[in-house]
Amino acid sequence: MSGQIEKFSYDNRISRMFLYATLLWGAVGLLVGVLIAFQLYIPALNFDLPYTTFGRLRPLHTNAVIFAFVGNAIFAGVYYSLQRLLKARMFNDMLSKLHFWGWQLIIVCAALTLFLGISTGKEYAELEWPIDIMVALVWVIFGVNMIGTMVKRREKHLYVAIWFYLATFVTVAILHIVNSFEIPVNLFKSYSWYAGVQDAMVQWWYGHNAVAFFLTTPFLGLMYYFVPKAANRPVYSYRLSIVHFWALIFIYIWAGPHHLLYSAVPDWAQTLGVVFSLMLIAPSWGGMINGLLTMRGAWDRVRNDAILKFFVVALTAYGMATFEGPMHSLKTVNAFTHFTDWIPAHVHIGTLGWNGMMIFAIFYWMAPRLTKNGKLFSMKLANTHFWIATLGMILWSVAMYWAGTAQGLMWKQWDANGLLQHSFIDTVIAIVPMYLVRAIGGTLYLLGFFIFIYNILKTLGSAQAVHEEEAEAPALVLNNENHSKLSGYLRHRILEKKPLALTFWAAVAILVGTLIEMVPTFLVKSNVPTIASVQPYTPLELEGRDIYIREGCNSCHSQLIRPFRTETERYGEYSKAGEFVYDHPFLWGSKRTGPDLAREGGLRDDAWHFRHMKRPNSIYDDAYDNPPSIMPAYPWLITDDLDVSNTPDKIRAMQTLGVPYAEGYDANAVGDLQEQAAGIANNIEQLLSGTGEDVVADEIKNKEIIALIAYLQRLGTDISKDTNN
Amino acid sequence: MGKEVMQNIDGISIYPIISLVLFFVVFSVIMYFTVTLKKDKADHLSSLPLENDDRYEN
Ligand code: HEC
Repeated sequence: MSGQIEKFSYDNRISRMFLYATLLWGAVGLLVGVLIAFQLYIPALNFDLPYTTFGRLRPLHTNAVIFAFVGNAIFAGVYYSLQRLLKARMFNDMLSKLHFWGWQLIIVCAALTLFLGISTGKEYAELEWPIDIMVALVWVIFGVNMIGTMVKRREKHLYVAIWFYLATFVTVAILHIVNSFEIPVNLFKSYSWYAGVQDAMVQWWYGHNAVAFFLTTPFLGLMYYFVPKAANRPVYSYRLSIVHFWALIFIYIWAGPHHLLYSAVPDWAQTLGVVFSLMLIAPSWGGMINGLLTMRGAWDRVRNDAILKFFVVALTAYGMATFEGPMHSLKTVNAFTHFTDWIPAHVHIGTLGWNGMMIFAIFYWMAPRLTKNGKLFSMKLANTHFWIATLGMILWSVAMYWAGTAQGLMWKQWDANGLLQHSFIDTVIAIVPMYLVRAIGGTLYLLGFFIFIYNILKTLGSAQAVHEEEAEAPALVLNNENHSKLSGYLRHRILEKKPLALTFWAAVAILVGTLIEMVPTFLVKSNVPTIASVQPYTPLELEGRDIYIREGCNSCHSQLIRPFRTETERYGEYSKAGEFVYDHPFLWGSKRTGPDLAREGGLRDDAWHFRHMKRPNSIYDDAYDNPPSIMPAYPWLITDDLDVSNTPDKIRAMQTLGVPYAEGYDANAVGDLQEQAAGIANNIEQLLSGTGEDVVADEIKNKEIIALIAYLQRLGTDISKDTNN
Repeated sequence: MGKEVMQNIDGISIYPIISLVLFFVVFSVIMYFTVTLKKDKADHLSSLPLENDDRYEN
């Protein structure tokens, strides 16, 4: 029943290309990460330049490590393992190349635009719409190439790793498209289609599942191929891998954001819902245990073999992160950890630990196999790398758990009089030493990465490359006897034999979950209680808001006051859903390195903001020995003219999104803008006159800073107009 | 805050219930087929990564 033996070759060149790209972008991404870590300890490292401030580099770092470093590594591993698991060359060499070069082009465009402050403001989806379209196209090329290879395969059965690859492809496509709905103003600027609460819900759905389907499922697939390879033993339990696969993709896409719904459902369902959320631990740990137990017969080798060591630590970190995740979704835990340094700590256990260590292990194993001689340049260096990377990761995360705990406690500390014990700046001063420890941890990890690059380049460079690896396998003869029976059709075994069916069912699984989850989200819009006094932003405030987005202020500042006394006491009245109905996009943020700004409006005067933005420490100089603020300075906002050439277009775009500016208002927008700006500039001139920092209103009224101040002064004020009425 | 908004939507509770029921059904089906997966088939599948014999020892 088996067919003729066929000769063919595996395309190793494409894996090698992605491997080189991984090394390059990994170095860039980690380097930027180390720089921004040091910026939080030494703010002078922001260099007073727009391109190098924290707010712009932070999205550059996250995008570079997630999509450039981890992305290229995934592709390197998928192209290597997929061909071998299917006993077939990739479907089309041209598509492989297009995929590679397209992805690199996207990365270059992403890096350039993020440097320039061109950003949508949505975390992990900062890239503007033309790049979003490129991402979609290249992703489809990847999918077609992968599915095409499955169709021409010589192995009847699809190994579980391939299921993970398929689920990754399908889900990332859906996530990317739904979250990227935006209305372009011009080539470099767009506004999110969704606003406020709804935008936040779409974004959370995206963010949560992007972690699941870009940083988790592809790596589980890679784990199921490369761990058995490195351990030279079959996977511990194939059955476990099947259950683990379906449970993971189902629970992730459904149960994740479920917690938004809990209180609206009957008790019995609530209880079940919590159980399901916690159940996510089961499939995650199922994967971890399956990986670790696969290595159980090779424990004696772990001592000397850096590859196995990396796998062990990666899987352990995965276990930790996936235990912590569901814990964070418990309300009591979340109330404490949210917005603190617990969040970066949690994320970096996942990225430095799980993703990074997986990549190191896979590349140390794979690189030699792309050459004739097949030997790693130095196992000793790989072991050195292992210890440095592990130490770096531990320093990094311990420092941040420490900082997060200190923050969490200090933010909520009452004094004997029932007042908040600590001002915000005191909580910053308390944890800054931990930021140094974190930066040192990151530096160690980066150092290890350079050793990794050296070792891999030496491995590839010192032996003749095998770009085409000869192979042979019998042609596939499909046995169709079961296909006519419906009962058989439902069976997993048949699904396995049919890549398209598998793609289809994975898509259905994800789409059904998505729809059930998203329908309520889309009903939200009409269900946010409107607050009559909440009005659209003025043109000047809108421009200021765009500067806020451009500079990435939301990477350090939240705009969401939660209904806890500790927060209302510090920041004012808690945030209401109706306050955000014109916020395209929402800017709630996810981390409070600086204080919440949701009610910043009216808290300080215009001149205070002017001086603070120019040099944050100017407002603390007398009160402290050392300048305590770690916020970057923004001197260019004071010297750069505000560009109003797009203001009418922006108003029209907002109108398209349903923001109720009067018909034809775009024509008056610039006039109104200038009038409001002149008022603020005059006010600043008066306030600063005679202080030695005098300014002339006419000289600053056209500057960007005025727009930003207008926006800051508007934040959270509409609602109090309501109560005054 | 999302929660409060959600509470105001009529009939919202049906969505999580549908999803829970669907999940339960699908999961049971998968469990059934997994448990009844034949041993030789499972062995074949788990040996797939090791089949492309490595040219090298590490
Ligand atoms: C690296 C993180 C970081 C970034 C980026 C950042 N800030 Fe800050 N911000 C802080 C910290 C820390 C404080 C508290 C110390 C201080 O007042 O300078 C602060 C304080 C503030 C305050 C004072 C709040 C108050 O009333 O006490 C305002 C306003 C502010 N930031 C606005 C901005 C704006 C606007 C941007 C973007 C242009 C920005 N911040 C970017 C960290 C940051």
